[in-house]
Amino acid sequence: MTLHVVPALTAVSPAVMVTNLRRAYGNRVVIENLNLRIERGEFVALLGESGCGKTTLLRALAGLDPVDGGRIAAPRRPAVVFQEHRLLPWDSLWRNVSLGLQVGNPRDRAATALAEVGLGDRLDDWPRNLSGGQAQRVALARALVQEPELLLLDEPFAALDALTRIRMHDLVRELVATHRPGVFLVTHDVDEAIALADRILVMRDGRIAFEHRTRGRGGASIARTELLAELGVGATHPAPAA
Amino acid sequence: MSNLEQTASPVAFDAAPRGDTTAAHIPRRRLEIGRRGLQLLSWLAPAILLVVWELLARGGWLSPQVLPAPSKVIGTAFRLTTSGSLLNDLGVSLLRAVAGFAIGGGVGFVLGTLVGFSRIAEAAIDRSVQMIRAIPFLAALPLVIVWLGVGEAEKIFLVALGVTFPIYINTTLGIRQVDPKLVELGRVQGLGTLELIRRIVLPGALPSILTGVRYALATAWLALVVAETIGAQSGIGFLAMDAREFLRTDVIVLTIVIYALIGVAADGIARSLERRLLAWHPNYGSAR
Repeated sequence: MTLHVVPALTAVSPAVMVTNLRRAYGNRVVIENLNLRIERGEFVALLGESGCGKTTLLRALAGLDPVDGGRIAAPRRPAVVFQEHRLLPWDSLWRNVSLGLQVGNPRDRAATALAEVGLGDRLDDWPRNLSGGQAQRVALARALVQEPELLLLDEPFAALDALTRIRMHDLVRELVATHRPGVFLVTHDVDEAIALADRILVMRDGRIAFEHRTRGRGGASIARTELLAELGVGATHPAPAA
Repeated sequence: MSNLEQTASPVAFDAAPRGDTTAAHIPRRRLEIGRRGLQLLSWLAPAILLVVWELLARGGWLSPQVLPAPSKVIGTAFRLTTSGSLLNDLGVSLLRAVAGFAIGGGVGFVLGTLVGFSRIAEAAIDRSVQMIRAIPFLAALPLVIVWLGVGEAEKIFLVALGVTFPIYINTTLGIRQVDPKLVELGRVQGLGTLELIRRIVLPGALPSILTGVRYALATAWLALVVAETIGAQSGIGFLAMDAREFLRTDVIVLTIVIYALIGVAADGIARSLERRLLAWHPNYGSAR
């Protein structure tokens, strides 16, 4: 079983490099001696039970929470998509997408980004007129318009209905293929991880306890059983008919 | 469809639906009819009151020394307007209100912003402000007169005093209520502190701040009325006090009506500000 996820050194610097990370709330250690490396253009999904420290790790990578030990070498400004869309209700869609963008023509850039997520005709609309899926697409556009080296996704599709989620998966695959950021997806949905990721990690007891590299669609059902077992769920759950 | 006629009498409210109206439509129809009727009724009642007042005054049952006829008040308004003194006094009163509002609003906003952002500022400022707020601001009037006399400064000061607290409280509250998740997002998107305040904190606090503005307009007006009633040489309040000397109830009633109208106008301005600035907000905005 692979406990340390440290791939061989490559010439290109990785999107993120975590060494011996430690994070504790008082006496409760949430992350202990965790190592992680994500290459540029690589899609990594992190699975784990609720409260296992997945989101804590993501927030540490985003620079939102302090760490108690170890080292994180991440881009200065990774882009984050949260579970909630977090659109500013008082700004139009293009103003939302261009939030924090330091360019001369923010509206044009936002228009391109919104077109990429299929909302190019809604530049001046208000967030409150969007459905949950559309709002999350705007949040994706807002993250990608920054051309991040590292994209952090914190269960961004958890609140969406099943069909919308599948459409979002396709969209994310497309966008990631175009922009090639390193992606770190935190999710509790095994099928989502299999559908999207190049590499799937399972977090347990504050460290990476299991790693699986997806190789084409053939190994999916094997991977599913294995991953569910790692998450402490029996192998009796059939894969969804695909 | 004669909705209005139907609802002028309450009987129509309980009338059974006619024709092919399906059961599913009944509640909505009733609501629509009821709302229109109630609106009509709400305007009808004061109109009737006004007519009764006019009739009583004309019939001699109401002495002009007690209450002049509404028509006479209108005539007085016309006469005073053409002679120019009414507009002049109105201008003086409005200027006092605006000056006091600007000063009080500015102080309230700055203090409220400081306290909203900083726990240190809260510890240093908030308790003192709350203590002063506990004083009904009109109770401070004698002291204000001792300090500033009965000139313009005293009137503007009193208005400012009344305005400061509602703006202060609602600004603080509004800033505290801004969704921390949005602030966090702002940081993720790389906003600096000033940009964070401009793009996220202030817009988020705006609904609350505008509520404060509406409260403040009411207190500003009250403060102005009281201040102008004491030792004014011009203004609407002076007009009223001057008229009292000569038992000119028509002028007194006119000034009361003017105060009311300006209060309504101020509230209307505040409402339209809300509609424009909060167009994004589901509870205020006119945008679909």
